[in-house]
Amino acid sequence: MAQKLTKQEVKKIADLARVALTDQEIEKFSNELSDILEYVHQLQEVDTASVRATNQVTGLSNVLRDDVVDACSDPEKLIALAPEHEDNLVKVKEVFDNGS
Amino acid sequence: MPLNPQQLTIASARNGLQQKKFTCIELIQSVYERIRAHDGAIHSFLTLTEQDALPQAEEVDRKIARGEPLGALEGIPIAVKDVICTKGIRTTASSKILEEYYPPYDATVVSKLKEAGAIIVGKTNCDEFAHGASTENSAYGPSHNPWDMERSPGGSSGGSAAALSAGFCLAALGTDTGGSTRQPGGWCNLYGLRPTYGRISRYGLISMTSSTDTPGLFAKTAEDTTLLLSVLAGEDPHDATTLPSAAPDQDAHLGQSISGMTFGLPEEFFESDVEPSTMQVMDSAIEQLKSLGATFKKVSLPHTRYCVPVYYVLTPSEVSSNLGRFDGIRYGYSSKEADSLLEVYTRSRGEGFGPEAKRRIMIGTYALSSGYYDAYYKQAQKVRTIIADEVNAIFHDVDALLTPVSPHTAIKLGEKVDDPVAMYQEDVFMDTSVLSGIPALSVPAGFADGLPVGIQLMAPQLEEARLLSIAHQYEQATEWTRREPKM
Repeated sequence: MAQKLTKQEVKKIADLARVALTDQEIEKFSNELSDILEYVHQLQEVDTASVRATNQVTGLSNVLRDDVVDACSDPEKLIALAPEHEDNLVKVKEVFDNGS
Repeated sequence: MPLNPQQLTIASARNGLQQKKFTCIELIQSVYERIRAHDGAIHSFLTLTEQDALPQAEEVDRKIARGEPLGALEGIPIAVKDVICTKGIRTTASSKILEEYYPPYDATVVSKLKEAGAIIVGKTNCDEFAHGASTENSAYGPSHNPWDMERSPGGSSGGSAAALSAGFCLAALGTDTGGSTRQPGGWCNLYGLRPTYGRISRYGLISMTSSTDTPGLFAKTAEDTTLLLSVLAGEDPHDATTLPSAAPDQDAHLGQSISGMTFGLPEEFFESDVEPSTMQVMDSAIEQLKSLGATFKKVSLPHTRYCVPVYYVLTPSEVSSNLGRFDGIRYGYSSKEADSLLEVYTRSRGEGFGPEAKRRIMIGTYALSSGYYDAYYKQAQKVRTIIADEVNAIFHDVDALLTPVSPHTAIKLGEKVDDPVAMYQEDVFMDTSVLSGIPALSVPAGFADGLPVGIQLMAPQLEEARLLSIAHQYEQATEWTRREPKM
């Protein structure tokens, strides 16, 4: 049986995933995520010691193309999609702490 | 008599247009009249594109009047699932986080539809980011099944299935990551095709589980499904997983006889709790196929019982990675409450994603985190190998596999919405093809208590033509596809 996730663990996962959760959501997810983990835990009973992992199901590998520069979508339109933008630049909150 | 698009197929509409029985404008107007009359209750569309569609229809009529050559889908109204990017047309993935997203490019499947002359009617509702089996995870409310308005049309591509079933279009695009085209197809009396992984480009699909995502096709006949596949299939430089084999010449195969074919019935699929009324439909379908000359044998796929748990490790893992791009900075919703860069990420994602997207992000983040990766993701990929090997080996003995699409008919809205694990198990017959990359088709096969029941056919990779040929022969011998919901 998989272990039940504590609220502390749920909070840690949410921090890693960069998702702000309400206390109510943390409570709810600690039950629901534990149920899901318990359900998928049955995979542990399959002996896979000598089995390779499938990453690509049709067997393609190393699909290459010529390294040539190609036109992309209109950059101005792409930047216009950003919630905050100015002078054809994407605007973000300060990245570095100003020594405060 | 006014034109009723519910009674048209792609093939019959093409004839009607070419022989000038009706104009393209009449066709498109009849579609929007129906939508206005009925979609308030069904809620299959999130966005309508009437302003673009009408001038396109006029242009098609001019082409016909001038006797110009017509594209394979010239003037055909088609609905597109809202996880597929359409240039300049709002594409929400049924999520609040993309409520105001207008893609700057078309998905390859959309470009191909346009090149073939199709007219996009609108964008259809689905579970948020295609996470679900009922459309109830849509941030904009569920869609209703035209066969019974209290029931779900299935999911995640439920809006596309409901729209086609209701006569709001003549074909529809969905996606099928874990059954999202075939299951709604089965619940709405439609063909739902999941092609071989890589047969049709994923470029422009809002990514969910990249290792199993594929566009899916909804149509009313095997002939229409075949035509759509031939338009959409093919290698795409924008998707390195597309297969180099060319689009198949499907027409050549539709007349192929079933006689002498061997169908496998995987016993594990019939041991699970299939409703007796669904089993009855299955049994009649088997008898029908036998009378067309097919033979049946029981086969065993013992590891398919692990398909759903494998899928629900791989999917949240890949989802947590794919949804990482929603950062509140480059596009999509951005929280107004954020005071720091970190809060832009956490609050935009916390406020923008719905419950199931969050659940999957969380499970995936956990399963991929240091110390758990081997136990979850890697183990799931290894079990996937065992399942795929088992399925591929079976095709040495049989030409196709036959199973129900779903253990039961359409569920009532609200029936399973509070139980995520129960909702995941809706995929029970869907994930075998998903994990082995093979094509699978849901075929209308009858009714139980007035609700549609679908059968599922599976064949080896790249053998879509075999599936469609079987379906076509079966369709000729039955009358299920000619039934329509009363509206």
